[in-house]
Amino acid sequence: MFTRIARTAGFTGLLAALLLTVLQSFWVAPLILQAETYEGSAPAAAHEHEHADAAAGESHHHDAEAWSPEDGWQRVLSTTGGNLVVAVGFALLLAGMYTLRSPRSIGAGALWGLGGFAVFCLAPNLGLPPELPGTAAADLAQRQFWWVGTAAATAVGLALMVFAGNWVLKIAGLILLAIPHVIGAPQPEVHESLAPEALESQFIVASLLTNAGFWLALGLISAWLYRRQSA
Amino acid sequence: MPVTTTASHASSTSTTLSQRVIAAVSASVLGLCLVYFAGFSHIEAVHNAAHDTRHSAAFPCH
Repeated sequence: MFTRIARTAGFTGLLAALLLTVLQSFWVAPLILQAETYEGSAPAAAHEHEHADAAAGESHHHDAEAWSPEDGWQRVLSTTGGNLVVAVGFALLLAGMYTLRSPRSIGAGALWGLGGFAVFCLAPNLGLPPELPGTAAADLAQRQFWWVGTAAATAVGLALMVFAGNWVLKIAGLILLAIPHVIGAPQPEVHESLAPEALESQFIVASLLTNAGFWLALGLISAWLYRRQSA
Repeated sequence: MPVTTTASHASSTSTTLSQRVIAAVSASVLGLCLVYFAGFSHIEAVHNAAHDTRHSAAFPCH
């Protein structure tokens, strides 16, 4: 059983990460790089802050000199690595679900994939849209907290709506879906962005469609591989 | 080969619900840890390496 999970997750993660990297390199990464040119030319407060930190006392701020990949192959390679870790993680999650509820067809895998897309992308994005570098945003820890809470509430809410036997639980699931959005995502005090708005909206579309494709592939490949192996 | 398949079939029918729940939970926890490590870690070097992954996946960044 564990071998089956590991195999499914490993190969699914590998294939989906490769697809994600290809989609990103052609569509998403160019937008990020373009946004960074605005970030580099504008004297952003964050950058000045970093410089001040570095000047004040380098020994206290190890982070200021943390390794960072150089643009080009290093950056593509480390992004591929990041994608691989995230994809294997999500694939493990799907394979874990399959041991509880085996997908009856590959199409069921697509539904699981869409569920994952809704939980980890669509719902958090309603409150915290994908951001280009150089966009003003609220405190990172607060946003991460809201993001995790929203994903968790959406996962439980969707599961209740799909699998629960009675109407009370289904309605409870629906309410759970709505709660994070009623509370609202943490917002920055001032909305500002260094990159032009057109680039921002282009990025949102690119990120959404890339993630949708990624999750669909993740669901389809994982269900296919899981069904191919006997327990 | 047929011997191993029958053996694994036998084991699949004998896995209890609790065993499957344990497998599902441990796989999920491990998976979430991986996603957390790449997507939410506050370690600067990890952040820098997975920077584009984070932005593209719309994880909160910076």
